[in-house]
Amino acid sequence: MTSTLSAQTPAPGQPDATALLDVAARPTPAGRFGRYGGQYVPETLMPALAELEQAAAEAWADPAFTDRLHHLLRTYVGRPTPLYEAERLTAHYARPEGGPRLWLKREDLNHTGAHKINNALGQALLALRMGKQRIIAETGAGQHGVATATVCARFGLECVIYMGAEDMRRQALNVFRMRLLGATVQPVTAGTATLKDATSEAIRDWVTNVETTHYILGSVAGPHPYPMLVRDFHACIGREAKAQCQEAFGRLPDVLIACVGGGSNAMGLFHPFVEDTSVRLIGVEAAGDGVATGRHAATITEGRVGVLHGAMSLLLQDSEGQVQEAHSISAGLDYPGVGPEHSYLKEIGRAEYGAVTDTEALQALQLVCELEGIIPALETAHAFAWLETLCPTLAPGTEVVLNLSGRGDKDVNTVAEKLGGRLEG
Amino acid sequence: MSPSAATPSACSAATAIDQRFASLAEQGRCALMPFLMAGDPDLATTAATLLALQQNGANLIELGIPYSDPLADGPVIQAAASRALRAGTTPATVLELLAGLRGALSTPVVLFTYSNPLLNRGMETFCKEAASAGAAGLVVPDLPLEEAEKLSPIAAAEGLDLVLLVAPTTPAGRMARIHAASRGFTYLVSVTGVTGVRSTLHSRVGNLVQQLKASDGTPVAVGFGISGPEQARQVRDWGANGAIVGSALVKVMAEAHAAGEDVAAAAGRFCSTLRLGLDA
Repeated sequence: MTSTLSAQTPAPGQPDATALLDVAARPTPAGRFGRYGGQYVPETLMPALAELEQAAAEAWADPAFTDRLHHLLRTYVGRPTPLYEAERLTAHYARPEGGPRLWLKREDLNHTGAHKINNALGQALLALRMGKQRIIAETGAGQHGVATATVCARFGLECVIYMGAEDMRRQALNVFRMRLLGATVQPVTAGTATLKDATSEAIRDWVTNVETTHYILGSVAGPHPYPMLVRDFHACIGREAKAQCQEAFGRLPDVLIACVGGGSNAMGLFHPFVEDTSVRLIGVEAAGDGVATGRHAATITEGRVGVLHGAMSLLLQDSEGQVQEAHSISAGLDYPGVGPEHSYLKEIGRAEYGAVTDTEALQALQLVCELEGIIPALETAHAFAWLETLCPTLAPGTEVVLNLSGRGDKDVNTVAEKLGGRLEG
Repeated sequence: MSPSAATPSACSAATAIDQRFASLAEQGRCALMPFLMAGDPDLATTAATLLALQQNGANLIELGIPYSDPLADGPVIQAAASRALRAGTTPATVLELLAGLRGALSTPVVLFTYSNPLLNRGMETFCKEAASAGAAGLVVPDLPLEEAEKLSPIAAAEGLDLVLLVAPTTPAGRMARIHAASRGFTYLVSVTGVTGVRSTLHSRVGNLVQQLKASDGTPVAVGFGISGPEQARQVRDWGANGAIVGSALVKVMAEAHAAGEDVAAAAGRFCSTLRLGLDA
C-alpha cells in the first residue's frame, strides 16, 4: 500500500471511492477501516468486545432504547444544539470581494459543556442494558471524565475515572467537578502521566474487572467496536448540522472543520457527510511547540502506522516502535494516537488534516472571546486557529461549519498562566 | 481467517520447544518457565541471568522485549520495562544479546513482545532476525487471533513457534480454535487480569487445563499470577505441562539490584526453589 497520499488524490489502483465510502464498510465486520482499526487487545477482553458489539447492535434496533436515548438527549443534555452564524468572525475574515460565511455548531452548550456527553450518555444506557453496574473511563482534559461522572450519577452507577497526574494539575477544576459528582478520580503517574497512560490504566482495570465493569471509552479510538460505537453516539452532531444548514441556507455546507485529538467531535460532525463528497472535511491537530520541534501531538500529520490501545492507526512512535510522548497546551489533544477512521479518511483522500501550534490556538481563543463573546475550549481553539490558513483560500459565499466542541471555562487557569496574567491579579 | 494457517507444512518438523516438552513428558515432569525482562537493569545482567536460570532448572525461558505501553502487564513488569527502556534496550540489542549466548544457552527462549514493535519491524523481518539470533518462539499478548493466523506460518517458516494465549473469559469454541492454532504450547492465562503476583490461584484453572488437554495434544503452560513453589506445584498437579513465573522473578531481581546484590545469583536461587517445588 502507498505510504503517503495527498489529501485530495486517492492513490492509483485503489478501489473506487464510492465503495470506500460505503458506510457499511466503515468498519468491516472485523472492525477494520481499510487496514486501520481491529482488536489488538489481550485475549481476556475479546469476549467483552463481542458482547459490547452485539449489545450495541441490538440497542440501536430497539425503539425502547433509541426513544430513551433521544428523550434524554433532548431533556437532559439539551439537544439539538444551535447552529449559530458567527457574524463578527465572518466579517473578520472577509476580503474586499467577500469571504466565507462561518457557522458554529454549539456543542459547548450541551450539559457539562462539551460534546462528550453524547457518547457518555449512550454508553451508560448500554451498560445498564448489559447489567454492568461499575463504570470506568479515561480522561485527558477532564471533559469526558465529567460527562461520564455525570451520567453515572444520573443512573446510580459506580464510577472510576483514570486521569494522568499531569492532567489533574492542568485541569483541577474538572477533577473537582468529577469528585463532586461522586466519581473516584484515580491519578495515573506511569509514563508521561497524561491521556495515553490514563487510557492504558483504564484498559488494565477493564482486563481485571471485565465481568462486572463497562469501560466508557471517550474517543473514536480503541479496539473495535469502540471507534464505531463512539462515532455513532456523536453522529447526532452531524445529522443536526445537516438539517440546520438546509434550514439556514438551503443546501449542504461546503466545509466542515473540527479539532482532532482522538477525533470524536470531528467524527461526530463528519460522519453523516462522508458520502456527500462535495463537502470538504478538515481536521485540525495540535502542533504544540511546532511540528518541527518534535514537541507536538500532530499524529496524522507526522505519525506512522502502528498499534496503540487496541487499534491500528497512525501513531507517534520512534524508529523502534516505542510510543512517543505527545505535547499540547490542550490536555484533550495531548495524545500520540488518533481514531482509525480518521487515518482511513486521510489515506483515501476523503478528509484533510492540518496542525496549529499552542500559540496559534491561544491567539484564536482570544479572538473568538473578543469577537463572539464565546470562550471556546483550548481543544476547539485549534479548529478556530485553522481559519487563519483556510479562510483566505475560500471563495466568497463558501459556507463553513466549525464544530465548537466545548467551552473553555476549564482552561481559564492555563490561559491565564500562558498569557502571563494571574487570576487573582 | 486464513485456512492455510491451520497446519503449515513447516510446522510438521518438531521444533526445539516441541522436543523440550516431549522429553519432559517422557520423564513425567512439568516445565519450569521463568520470564525476565531483557535489559532490566541492563543487558549484561540479562545475559548472566539467562545462564543462571538454565543452571538452576529452567526448561524454557520467556524473554520480554520492553515496550512503552504494555497493556497486559501489571506494575512489576511495567516498571521493569520502563527501566529497560531507560537503559536503552531495543529489539535489536536484545537479539544481539541472544545471538552472543549461542552455544552457552541451550534452553529454548521464547520472545515476549507486544504487537507494535513487531509490526514496526515487519512480521517477516522480525521473525527472520529472531530466528537467526537463536529464539525458539514468540508470544504476542495483544495480537488478535486473525493476525496471529497470518503471523504463525511466517514464524513457522523460520522455525519459530508462535505461542497463542487463552484466558478464563475465552468461550469454549474459541478456546479450542486458539489451542489448535497455537504452536509449541498454549499459554493459559490463569487470571482475569494483568500480570502480577497473586496469593492464590482460582481452581477453575484446573478445569481449563483439563479442557484444553482433552481437545488437543499441544502442551499447556499456565502463567500470570504464579508467585512461588507452592503455586507452581499446584499448576503441575492440575495437569499443566509448564508453569510460567514472571512478576515474582522480576521482583526478586529488582530487589537484589536495589540491595546491590548479584542479580543473576538471586534469580538462580529463586529458580532452584521453584524447581524443587515442581519436582516435589
